[in-house]
Amino acid sequence: MEFFTYHDFTMYTKGAAYVLMAVTLLGILGFWLFLTERDEDKLIK
Amino acid sequence: MSGEHAPSTPVAADKASLLTPFNIVTGLIVFVGLILTLLRFTKGLAGVTNLSDNNPWGIWISFDLLCGVALAAGGYTTSAACYVFGLKRYHSAVRPAILTAFLGYALVVFALHYDVGRPWRLPYPIFYSPGPTSVLFEVGLCVFLYLNVLFLEWTPSALEWLGLKKWRNVMVKMTLALTIFGVVLSTMHQSSLGALFLIAPSKLHPLWYSSYLPVFFFISSIAAGLSMVIFEGTLSHRYLHDKMDEHYLSAHDQVHLGFGRGAAVVLVIYFFLKLVGLALDNTWHYLLTGYGAMYSLELLGFVALPALLYAVGVREKNLKIIRWAAVLTVLGIVLNRFNVSWFAFNWQLPAAERYFPSWMEVAVSIYIVTVGLLLFRFIATRMPIFHEHPDFKEAEPEEEPHAHETRPHPQSFGH
Repeated sequence: MEFFTYHDFTMYTKGAAYVLMAVTLLGILGFWLFLTERDEDKLIK
Repeated sequence: MSGEHAPSTPVAADKASLLTPFNIVTGLIVFVGLILTLLRFTKGLAGVTNLSDNNPWGIWISFDLLCGVALAAGGYTTSAACYVFGLKRYHSAVRPAILTAFLGYALVVFALHYDVGRPWRLPYPIFYSPGPTSVLFEVGLCVFLYLNVLFLEWTPSALEWLGLKKWRNVMVKMTLALTIFGVVLSTMHQSSLGALFLIAPSKLHPLWYSSYLPVFFFISSIAAGLSMVIFEGTLSHRYLHDKMDEHYLSAHDQVHLGFGRGAAVVLVIYFFLKLVGLALDNTWHYLLTGYGAMYSLELLGFVALPALLYAVGVREKNLKIIRWAAVLTVLGIVLNRFNVSWFAFNWQLPAAERYFPSWMEVAVSIYIVTVGLLLFRFIATRMPIFHEHPDFKEAEPEEEPHAHETRPHPQSFGH
């Protein structure tokens, strides 16, 4: 990707960051569900 | 001392030979370290180090200071969890974590005496000629203040050991204030250690350079602190088991499980933030270079992998996996600090001009870690760190156990 102005650069990078933020939120949500799925079982092996 | 506690140590053990493998190895390391100390302070930095004007910061900054401060973060994370967030079920972990943090910071300052050219001027920026516009001044001031806070947080153990009940009670009353002050100071200087590198965008490799370096350093320090509590707790459980009482042992597994959960969440947030950092600087293409391989190793092998291991360990209630994840996280923090301050620093210089530590620099770092280990053992085997002092068992009222706990936890454990 080639950029000619700083505006082009920030448009591209901020756009990518916004998309990544959405992925981040979904990823953290999925991770949290994975982490806490068996919370009712409190026994330690 | 009248209050010295030795729950299950047989008298014969005290009379055991001093020539144990541990004592011999640590004795040799300390002996070599003392010789190198003599060399350092008689021949100067050039006598023992490969430091130069191009590379004034070497392994003593990368390891002793950056890693030392990050790995000592267990003090503020544990005390904040217990006293600020009210997670009293982790109370038994506070004293070992505070002791580790206190010794860690003390040794950071000790190591700085080797690293700075004129160590007798270390107090100058604080008392004589402050530079309040400098990030380094903020780091120095915070480390100085936080070392004092940690000392005060540690004193109840020492005062119980000395039998000074009145002074011990005074210090216990200051616990919450000290904890809040410690969290504020830690937030400031953990992040500022990353901010130190913001001044060198042309020297630090673009994969590691980011305007979010302070955020990365702070968040990773939380994961480092939580992991160090698990790591230190595992080692202590193995080698200082006879110094632990029922209260500590009953809470031990729950502490590791809870801290593993916390570390998993922090690591996964850190992982995604690092990706956002790459996106904002558009440095993806560097991932296909040699430095990219190093960066990927750090991010996937020492952030994503331990996050996943922590999560699996917490789900399965498998403490072994959690402990391995803690080891990986600790190694990952060391790798990250090495990358930022050493491997990826001055990356554009030809190899001949790059810094590589002399064996004496490495030996001094090993010596300092060994001194920390010996001090930890000396204190933990004498003072009430892993057990309640018999005179102070009922010093604090019992609190209601948390509804989601599986068993009642000691709430009157120390300060």
